Amino acid sequence: METIEGQKGDFQVSVKTRPRYIIEDKCTGCTTCMEYCPVEYPDAFNQGISTNKAVHVYFSQAIPLVAYIDDSCLYLSEKKCDICHGVCKTGAIDFRQTPTRTRINVGAVILSSGITPFDPSVKEEYGYSHYDNVVTSMDYERLLSSTGPYEGKVLRASDKQHPKNVAWIQCVGSRRVTEKDNSYCSGVCCTYTQKQLILTKEHDMDAQCTVFHNDIRSFGKDFERYFQRAEALPDTRFIRSYASIAGENPENKNIRVKYATSDEGVKEEEFDMVVLSVGLNPPRAYKEIAEKFGIDVNAHGFCDIDSSNPVQTSRPGIFVSGAFQGPTDIPESVFTASGAGSRTGEMLNFRRGKLSRERVYPEERDVSAEEPRIGVFVCHCGANISSVVNVPSTVEYAKTLPHVVYATEQIFSCATNSAKEITDLAVEKGLNRVVIAACSPRTLEPLFRDTLREAGLNQYYLDMANIREHCSWVHARQKEEATQKAQDIMRMSVARAAHLEPLKEFDLPVNKTALVVGGGIAGMTCALSIAAQGHEVELVEKSKDLGGMVRRIHSTLEGLDVQTYLDDLIASVYKNPRIHVSHEAEITDVAGYLGNFTTTVQTEGRTKTIKHGASVLAIGADMYKPAEYLYGENDAVFTHLEIGEQIAKGNEAVVNAQSLVMIQCVGSRNEEFNYCSRVCCGHAVKNALKLKEKNPDMRIYVLFRDMRTYGFKEDAYRKASELGVQFIRYTPEDPPEVEAVSENGSDMIRVTVTDPILGQRLELDADILSLAAAVRPPASIQEIAGLFKVTLSPDDFFKEAHVKLKPVEFAADGVFLCGTAHYPKHVPESINQAYGAAGRAITLLSHDTVVASGSVAKVDEYACVSCGACITACTYDAIEFHDTTKGKKAIVNPILCKGDGLCNAKCPTNAIVLKHFTNEALCGQIDAAVTAEDIMEQMDAVLEEA
Amino acid sequence: MVNNDVLPKEHMQLFSDSLKDRNFGDVMVVGGGVSGIQASLDLASAGFKVYLVEKGPSIGGHMAQLDKTFPTNDCSM
Repeated sequence: METIEGQKGDFQVSVKTRPRYIIEDKCTGCTTCMEYCPVEYPDAFNQGISTNKAVHVYFSQAIPLVAYIDDSCLYLSEKKCDICHGVCKTGAIDFRQTPTRTRINVGAVILSSGITPFDPSVKEEYGYSHYDNVVTSMDYERLLSSTGPYEGKVLRASDKQHPKNVAWIQCVGSRRVTEKDNSYCSGVCCTYTQKQLILTKEHDMDAQCTVFHNDIRSFGKDFERYFQRAEALPDTRFIRSYASIAGENPENKNIRVKYATSDEGVKEEEFDMVVLSVGLNPPRAYKEIAEKFGIDVNAHGFCDIDSSNPVQTSRPGIFVSGAFQGPTDIPESVFTASGAGSRTGEMLNFRRGKLSRERVYPEERDVSAEEPRIGVFVCHCGANISSVVNVPSTVEYAKTLPHVVYATEQIFSCATNSAKEITDLAVEKGLNRVVIAACSPRTLEPLFRDTLREAGLNQYYLDMANIREHCSWVHARQKEEATQKAQDIMRMSVARAAHLEPLKEFDLPVNKTALVVGGGIAGMTCALSIAAQGHEVELVEKSKDLGGMVRRIHSTLEGLDVQTYLDDLIASVYKNPRIHVSHEAEITDVAGYLGNFTTTVQTEGRTKTIKHGASVLAIGADMYKPAEYLYGENDAVFTHLEIGEQIAKGNEAVVNAQSLVMIQCVGSRNEEFNYCSRVCCGHAVKNALKLKEKNPDMRIYVLFRDMRTYGFKEDAYRKASELGVQFIRYTPEDPPEVEAVSENGSDMIRVTVTDPILGQRLELDADILSLAAAVRPPASIQEIAGLFKVTLSPDDFFKEAHVKLKPVEFAADGVFLCGTAHYPKHVPESINQAYGAAGRAITLLSHDTVVASGSVAKVDEYACVSCGACITACTYDAIEFHDTTKGKKAIVNPILCKGDGLCNAKCPTNAIVLKHFTNEALCGQIDAAVTAEDIMEQMDAVLEEA
Repeated sequence: MVNNDVLPKEHMQLFSDSLKDRNFGDVMVVGGGVSGIQASLDLASAGFKVYLVEKGPSIGGHMAQLDKTFPTNDCSM
């Protein structure tokens, strides 16, 4: 990106594209050029641990999967060598390419600039530049990877030996106010270190693993259990201590680490390898980004954002998603992307669909009367298949199979040019069925189906023979047998292909209305964003008023005036003509399917039937009512939430207290509730700062297990500490004790806790005690989950479809989630996620139709004996009886059918069949696996032996 | 009154020349890591034309370099 001019709705961007020196359309990613290239230089993708060539494909699954030529090329620097040019069979090398400049007009920009890992070589003390066996966590990530420098072997740089004794040092570059370090917490390092430890033990069960850490910040969903899993592994130590690199043992190049424990004092210990758990820096070019795009960055170099609208930059029309908002994990990067998408959609809704083009396919050829004419394409998958399976002989074998009229090999069948070749050959050779012997259909079947459609064939005339996952990857050492097996798999596939039938997919209309369940900050934010993109929204709230839990929160650490913001938000909801709010509502029934739901709601004494295409569940969370620490018995005991309210109200007993004690983790992180409530540490620090502001002399003690002020909240934690707030660590085995005492005529709360440094019992007399009460899943979550057929996580929060990549959708199609019902979160995080859910819902609602699969069950009514076995077997209620002249017969609703074949297996008369997986096709496949003669021969052999 | 039919040919030529090297889109996404990819996919499937700009030779970002992801240890790629 060179320049950006203009304004929101009309930006002119100039983009300079550096030359690849490769003609992308011609390169097949075959890597021949790499074999011949004489230049070796450190491979950036593998963190410079191994080398690569001047011409190379960035990594084996790169997109686009084409080579590029680096600055290290001899021709580019000295015009010396052009071997690659000579060996490239497709003529893809082009040294004449020059940088190109493209001018693009767009209405909006989304900045997803990501992060740069902290570089520990900026500081001597980390020893990264001096010692071979000190690596960063990013280096270690590559060492662990099967596509890494040593193909998944963890080896030391000094002697290429397996390290038997590995140490991790946490907070490298994070939580340090020293120069060149960052003051904030990077938020991801604790858990990625635990991951690396678990994977190290998977690589080598005998490895000794030691983690030197500060607080363990397992604040994310399921992180607490993950930490316990790591900690419970044998030969694993988690040591709470600052640790530094003391030097290297010159004999064996082991690394000496200096650390201190409270019982043993300062110690030095030697490790085979030390991993520096480096934090997340803003993008390296953040200053340039800020300048070019005309946006503000904060003091840390991340994008400056308004916490009530975290995807918005300081410049209208430019949005920000992902870790450039601040150090975050992958799920946040994904849903802030969807959120930025939704905000963009709000702005540009008037032009939606104007520039996008529908794919136009050639008319489908009717081949039902033709004999099968099968084409077979055998893929090398680079070297993934061809290094094990003899591809040319497999192609020759394919030509001998029945109905096969054409067979050939391809380097990567999935490459754009190869797919085009399949299309062209299908037309040229008059193929009417295609077998692709390559990888699993799970990823690429949609692509190859598309290829068939381009050739005017019905897409169900495709079969994929999986000779990679099922063959070359698992039989790498048995090449001959693997080739034999590849041919067997392919023969079976060809047999099945001959029986394939054309199927019609059908379009289901999408109801354009969205249902949002829950009128808290997440639900309202989501409803407004969807409504702003032209959709009707039914917002269903169980209580009398909108607002939810946030009604009780008055400020955030980021300085948001929550109540003013909330009032504005509620007013916007009521003013929006597209949002229809149901109060005191209870959902009694949910029927239908993706794009066409019908939900019945009891609201204010009447029954409302809502028809909608998508559902968003934003039902919030409950607060734990502590049964411990005198809560509910003594007027001086509050929860953090209540203290926040009392501060806002100006309650003098609280604000003018001489001393106040906070106890963290009340009802969280215990055996029964084995999760961290995430928000309480932030609330404790926020309340402490507010109280110190109003009453600087107040003595405030925070009794904590791990302070989990992740991200920029760390700065607030430090500030509280500087203002004299005392943070005292306790362990769950030795929790604080609380009693009400009366001394010299005044009542107070006496809190006794062990000081971990002095090892003595401390008595703290407090006027006020504040408890970090846990966040609980809402009471109604089981019921709501049952109605919408969605699932819950082990802690009874909503379970998303994929923890990293589908963080705001459920496995059930057309149902989305956001807010604290997913997991406890702070206000800005809920807002972010709400926009994310809106963005995902819009990708469904903006379409007029959704496509339903053609591979569904159907019933042969003559054969149906009305036993109902299929109806019982179906988990989607897709089958029912209907009346015919021959009595009741089963009938399949193709919209509800998911094609899982359960009914198939249960039917006693084979009356119900699953299209695309018919008995003829599957039996044909089985018959092709082993012939009857073979089986008889083998049986005879067994009998003879007996 | 300007009649389009009689607009001088050279004017038309100038106008179309000025548009020749211009590309029209709805949104530009800067950065092809997991966030940029997700934003692009969402916007494209919601009916917008997207330009995705990436400085490196491949999309994927830092996530492509990771071996596995916590807390499920799923393959990052």
